[in-house]
Amino acid sequence: MEQFTPLSALIGGALIGLSAVMLLVFNGRIAGISGIFDGALRLHTRGLGWRLAFLAGLFAAAPLLALIGNDLPNVSSGASTWAMIAGGLLVGFGSRLGSGCTSGHGVCGIGRASPRSLVATATFMAAAIVTVFVSRHLLGA
Amino acid sequence: MIQIVFALVSGLLFGAGLVISHMVDPAKVLAFLDLAGDWDPSLALVMGAAVAVFFVGYRAAMRMDQPVFAPHFEIPDRRDFDRRLIGGSILFGVGWGLIGLCPGPALADLTLAPQSVLLFVAAMIAGIGLFHLLPKPAPRIAQAAASGAVDA
Repeated sequence: MEQFTPLSALIGGALIGLSAVMLLVFNGRIAGISGIFDGALRLHTRGLGWRLAFLAGLFAAAPLLALIGNDLPNVSSGASTWAMIAGGLLVGFGSRLGSGCTSGHGVCGIGRASPRSLVATATFMAAAIVTVFVSRHLLGA
Repeated sequence: MIQIVFALVSGLLFGAGLVISHMVDPAKVLAFLDLAGDWDPSLALVMGAAVAVFFVGYRAAMRMDQPVFAPHFEIPDRRDFDRRLIGGSILFGVGWGLIGLCPGPALADLTLAPQSVLLFVAAMIAGIGLFHLLPKPAPRIAQAAASGAVDA
């Protein structure tokens, strides 16, 4: 547990919660990233502006934090090209089929005690844990 | 127009939360999902804090007649468990566990470490495109009746 970073985890998590509260209180929307991104990709005529603005904010976060002197985390992935392609396809397809991902179901859905989101979150958490166990400890990848 | 400003700030806060908590690093996410390895519980605290803040904010928001800058709240109201919810969540979880990236961090990483996520994001867009090729589900009432007859 040497990499455990409780303080930055709590601060970061609170910011994510605050972001979702803002979007709800001011714009009446749920901060589900997969849904927002999907809507922006499909160039929804209604609501395209706020979706693009949200994504612009998401993209601007790391450069802005660097600008005000924050150390940015390393982003490391040892995954192979094929794993990247498979993972991306599954995440894109699965999050839309299941109507949400870690933000829409995991944060907002659980925060409003939605039974569908509780089930979805328990399901994708379990699937992810099993996948990591199989790939790291059984296949040794 | 004002909605765009608040969406921008909301996106900024979301991204900042992901960067500060290091959830943009797939290795950090995988260290949480790897219960049998050198377990890092950080992700649970990120999610716990986010859920706690949203839990309070959601309750406060629901006492308002309408959002500040929109005519009404747009909140999912479905309560049924269908095969799409479960199947989609399983596929999403497998992809998440394979790489350690979900949509928020993957997109935030486009400006932080583009070379390590470009392929993933391209595949994610293709996955979303594949989803839209699926036939649209039957109307909800008919679907509830049908699944009741088959599954229950």
